[in-house]
Amino acid sequence: MKRRPPIYGLMAEFDTPSDLVAATLRAREAGYRKMDGYSPYPIEELAEAIGFHSSRLPLIVLIGGLIGCAGGYYLQYWVSVMDYPLNIGGRPLNSWPSFIPVTFETTVLVAALAAVLGMLGLNGLPMPYHPVFNVSRFALASRDRFFLCIEATDPKFDHEETMRFLKSLKPRSVSQVPH
Amino acid sequence: MKEPLKTVIVEPGKPPIIEPGHTFASVTDKISSVVLTRRTPRGWYLGFGVSFVLVMVLLYALGKLMVVGTGIWGVNHPVGWGFAIINFVWWIGIGHAGTLISAILLLLRQEWRTSINRFAEAMTLFAVACAGIFPLIHVGRPWLPYWLFPYPNTMGLWPQFRSPLVWDVFAVSTYATVSLLFWFVGLIPDLATLRDRSRRQLPRVIYGILAMGWRGSAMHWHRYEMAYLLLAGLSTPLVLSVHTIVSLDFAVSIIPGWHATIFPPYFVAGAIYAGFAMVLILAIPIRAIYRLEDFITLRHLDNMAKIILVTGLIVAYGYMMEAFMGWYSANPYEEYMVLNRMRGPYAPLYWALIACNALAPQVFWLKRARSSIPVLFIIAIIVSIGMWLERFIIVVTSLHRDFLPSSWGMYYPTVWDWATFLGTTGLFVSLIFLFVRFLPMISIFEMRTILPQARVEE
Repeated sequence: MKRRPPIYGLMAEFDTPSDLVAATLRAREAGYRKMDGYSPYPIEELAEAIGFHSSRLPLIVLIGGLIGCAGGYYLQYWVSVMDYPLNIGGRPLNSWPSFIPVTFETTVLVAALAAVLGMLGLNGLPMPYHPVFNVSRFALASRDRFFLCIEATDPKFDHEETMRFLKSLKPRSVSQVPH
Repeated sequence: MKEPLKTVIVEPGKPPIIEPGHTFASVTDKISSVVLTRRTPRGWYLGFGVSFVLVMVLLYALGKLMVVGTGIWGVNHPVGWGFAIINFVWWIGIGHAGTLISAILLLLRQEWRTSINRFAEAMTLFAVACAGIFPLIHVGRPWLPYWLFPYPNTMGLWPQFRSPLVWDVFAVSTYATVSLLFWFVGLIPDLATLRDRSRRQLPRVIYGILAMGWRGSAMHWHRYEMAYLLLAGLSTPLVLSVHTIVSLDFAVSIIPGWHATIFPPYFVAGAIYAGFAMVLILAIPIRAIYRLEDFITLRHLDNMAKIILVTGLIVAYGYMMEAFMGWYSANPYEEYMVLNRMRGPYAPLYWALIACNALAPQVFWLKRARSSIPVLFIIAIIVSIGMWLERFIIVVTSLHRDFLPSSWGMYYPTVWDWATFLGTTGLFVSLIFLFVRFLPMISIFEMRTILPQARVEE
């Protein structure tokens, strides 16, 4: 296992979303890859600037929906045809039109659970501890400030060099993020 | 700090969805201060106290029900479905506006929904909670409602999946679960804001646990938005299915007045209609008490009045079609049912319902009515009453004249029926009070996104 770097990374604070996105693009041009932007609301351009594309969540939701659909229908089929068949006026045991409403509801239920649990799972939440919170100014990331953190695990990371680079982006401040 | 831009996102000629001059910080502080720093208004204690007394009334009525049985209610042959079903349908309908605002208006990119979606979703949850009580208690043996669910049991029995009443179990429990998920997912970033902004230890820990370590990372936001959009896409057909299935409880039967194909769309429109009326009833006092006129502007109230007008017209069309089909079907029972509604013993309630639901909202054609807060509030209350009367008429008039005159009867609610109904309104209002006190009632992070300075300039 690789040795853990002495700090988590370096973090720059910006006032506006445009500054953060511009800084992130510059950092990417400079060759940094292991970094993350933090903002008080979703910024589409920021995820793009970091180079983050993820399309796994829709797939997870689709699989969840299919499981809910098949499971819901099979539950009714098994109950009505196999385990407890009731002959009512000679009607078919597998009376599929009347099984549709429940099948629909279980589809939505499992798909919605997959969406929420999938999102939390891929995001690694709940996460009781994260180093970025060691920077006291980071509390403003949920209010009105925008942060860019270049992580020490980045191959191009060098304490002095990265510090100088971040300062050249004209941030409000740059701070060390201890572990 | 940069001077906030004075321009605001507006379509030309329309009032803004947020008053100009706000910044990320001012929006955050204003909404979170209601929970964290501002003194709880004295009216809060008074209002919560009164509604909590009604919760005690509910518990007493339910206790009495458990001890004595459903005989304390007014239901008897031939009217076996009384207040429990009326109130169930009424409450669950109210919930629909919340999902409509949070999901359908999101997909339609209606930005004005942002400042009302959070408490509309809360309203949905609480209305569904109130609605859920009724089917559980009207089963006769209220300690066995879990029999409604399919689970392996020693009796070797299963629910009858061909029955709309079993569909209802799945529809309502799915709706409650998905509404809760949607609401909670929407809350996560705001809980993180409250965690970061609370100065005392206990709230910080509680909000911190609920926020689950949210840190606003770009990658997280990306997946978050995706999940939120997918949930909205899933909730949209869900909300339509729920009231459709509720209407099938009636429409699948062969009772005159219930057995009609118009029921699903007519019920869904009625649900949205009643729900928006309830959003107005809640929004008007809340924006006045907490001075949120900047966020919940006249534009919001105007738009909601328009939706009430549109859905009200659909509902009025439903009444017309019911009467028309009574004549057109040439079925003596259908024909009698329609005439009995108009001229029979419940005729005053029927005409009151027409006045409340079909006539009263027509004043919203006037712009002056849509921008007058007292008019909006009064019409919203009239519509709520009208929608309750509609459910009363549908449930009771069809049942009280059975096919044979020898089994005709009347339905009169008892004091316990009223106590249970009033008790659920108390439960609803208490939960709203608690929500307003302990959670941000407007979505903070979504309000930030509609500020002009939220746009990234290249």
